[in-house]
This record gives sequence, C-alpha cells and structure tokens, in this order.
Amino acid sequence: MAKKTPGLNTGSMSDISFLLLTFFLLTSSINTDQGIQRRLPPPLRGDEKPPKVNERNVLQILVNMYDQLLVNNEPMNNVEDLKDRTIEFITNPNDNPHLSEVELKYVEEFGAVAPVSKGVISLQSDRGTSYKTYIDVQNQLTEAFNEIRNDFAQKNYGKSFDNLTEAQRKAVQKVIPISISEAEPSNIGGKK
Amino acid sequence: MSRFRKDAKKSVPELNMGSMSDIIFMFLFFFMVITTMRESTLFVKTNVPPATAVQKLDKKSLVANINIGSPNTPELRKKLGQEPRIQLNDQFAEVSDIVEFVETEKQSRDEAERNMMTWSLKVDRDVRMGIVTDVKQELRKASAFKVNYSTSKQAKR
Repeated sequence: MAKKTPGLNTGSMSDISFLLLTFFLLTSSINTDQGIQRRLPPPLRGDEKPPKVNERNVLQILVNMYDQLLVNNEPMNNVEDLKDRTIEFITNPNDNPHLSEVELKYVEEFGAVAPVSKGVISLQSDRGTSYKTYIDVQNQLTEAFNEIRNDFAQKNYGKSFDNLTEAQRKAVQKVIPISISEAEPSNIGGKK
Repeated sequence: MSRFRKDAKKSVPELNMGSMSDIIFMFLFFFMVITTMRESTLFVKTNVPPATAVQKLDKKSLVANINIGSPNTPELRKKLGQEPRIQLNDQFAEVSDIVEFVETEKQSRDEAERNMMTWSLKVDRDVRMGIVTDVKQELRKASAFKVNYSTSKQAKR
C-alpha cells in the first residue's frame, strides 16, 4: 500500500507572495509626468517686427547669472514676492497708471464684457542662470495666473477654475491669457 | 433533541490557505503588468526642480522626453566631463539633433495627433539656462511649441 504523502503547509506561501507584492508596489512607481506647461512662440521671420507695447504694459523680469532678480529695474530679493507683484500688475485693481492697462472688452467666448489686461510679462534670463531659479520664476508666474483665473472663475461662475466646464475654462483662458514673453537670453557670463 | 447536540470536542475546521497564494499572485501579476519600467536607461542626471503650480501630463503616448543634465556615472563623467548633455531616447545628442528628433517622433505618432504632442524637458536643477535656451530655440524651429518643464511636486507653503 502506498504511503500517504503528508499535506504541505502552504500557509507561508501567501507570506512569500505578499512580500513579492509589496516589493513591486514599492519599487515601481507609475510615473506620471508633471510640470509647468508653456507654449513657445513661433520663430520670428526676418522682416517681422515685434509689436510695439506701451511701457506701462510690460513687467520686465531679468534674471542674471548669479540668480538675482530685477523686476522693472528694482532688485527683488525673494522670488516669492513675484507672485503678488504679478497679480497686482495684471489685475491693476486701483487703476494705477504705472501698472498694466485693463480694458473692458467684449469677449466672445465669455459672452459678455470682461476686464482684459494688456499686460505682458517679459522674462529674460542669462545663459548662466540656473535652471532651478528659472523654474522658480516660472512657477511664481504660473501661480499668479492661476490665482487670477481662480478669482475670476469664483466671481463669475462661483466655482474654482479646475471645476469649470470645458467651455467656461476656455472663456476664462481667453479673458486672462498667460502672456509671458521670453526674450532671447543675454550672455553676460560669456561661457555657454 | 439530539439533532443539534453541542459537541464540545468539535473544533473550527482549518481554513485552506492554498488558494490564498493564488489570489496574491494574481495581484502581483496585475501590478507587474500595469507598472511600466522606464523605457530607456538614463545616462544623464535629471534631478528636476520642485514647483508648486504643476499640471499633470495626460496622454502619455503624446509625450516625448528631452533629458538634459550632466552624465550620471563616474565613468561617463571621466569620459565626457561635467558639462551638461542632452539625451534623446537612449543616446547622447547635440543641440543640432533636436530638429531631426522632433521629426522622427512626430512620424511615429498618428497623423491627427501630431500637433498635440508635448515635449517634456527633463532638466536637472543644476543645469544653466544656456543649453536649455538653445534646445528651446531648436524646438521653435521644428515647430514643436508645446513644451513642459518637468518638475517635482512640492506642497504649498
């Protein structure tokens, strides 16, 4: 008569596979890419002249090779001040003649008259500027525009910008475009 | 009333744990399949800077990566130096290669979706702007306008 094989204890099997499972859970990240999105302008043609902009409508941001900021010819020591400065410049709540012109314009997508700023942010960096500082500046600008858009959405639709419908979002984007113009970088540092 | 007699000696039957491992293995395979490994090995250090106002990139199939950073291993650094370099797919490239790279990437996508492509710049935080600007100028030339500066997410202060 054949000997009966003793039943194997498979209880620990699940432990082993749990270990494998947790290993894969921890090591593999579903890396969703994230970042700051921008649209580059099309290349300039030789005979094309850049449009003339009134001086009050430009917020000039210069970043030098030592990562120092100069905003409209005044040094700015903390990058984080840039957000409020940008919001003030674009919205111009007190109609300051030194900040951007805000014009009441009919916006088709919005279907009504809305205050549209003529302000443009001109960002110029040096070849020696570190990428981290550049991203810090871009981040502050994005935060500023996000906040302006959010305020506008709150006021007109009673919802934050992220919760708007596609059409409403388009309208807000039309009223508050992200107008950042990047000049060709200077090359004070000399080295590439 | 002997039908429902209580048997003091009767114990709870042991659960069969054999199928447990099957379930766990199924989990395991699920995670192994859905997680994508990085397609190409990176030769450059791309420690992206942090930012608060980040947007997620949707449509992963319409994203092409451009990596910029200094070489990431001591051997490569000995050979190529500390200078930041561009990596496209799985090889080093020069600034002049960008236009061609854009074309080949566009060719491999569906024709209707070609203009919706995002060019994700994965740039190390220590890189200087010079090379990044050169790349951006090349992208403009190649009419690749939609760029994404890849960053890590930082909580708002």
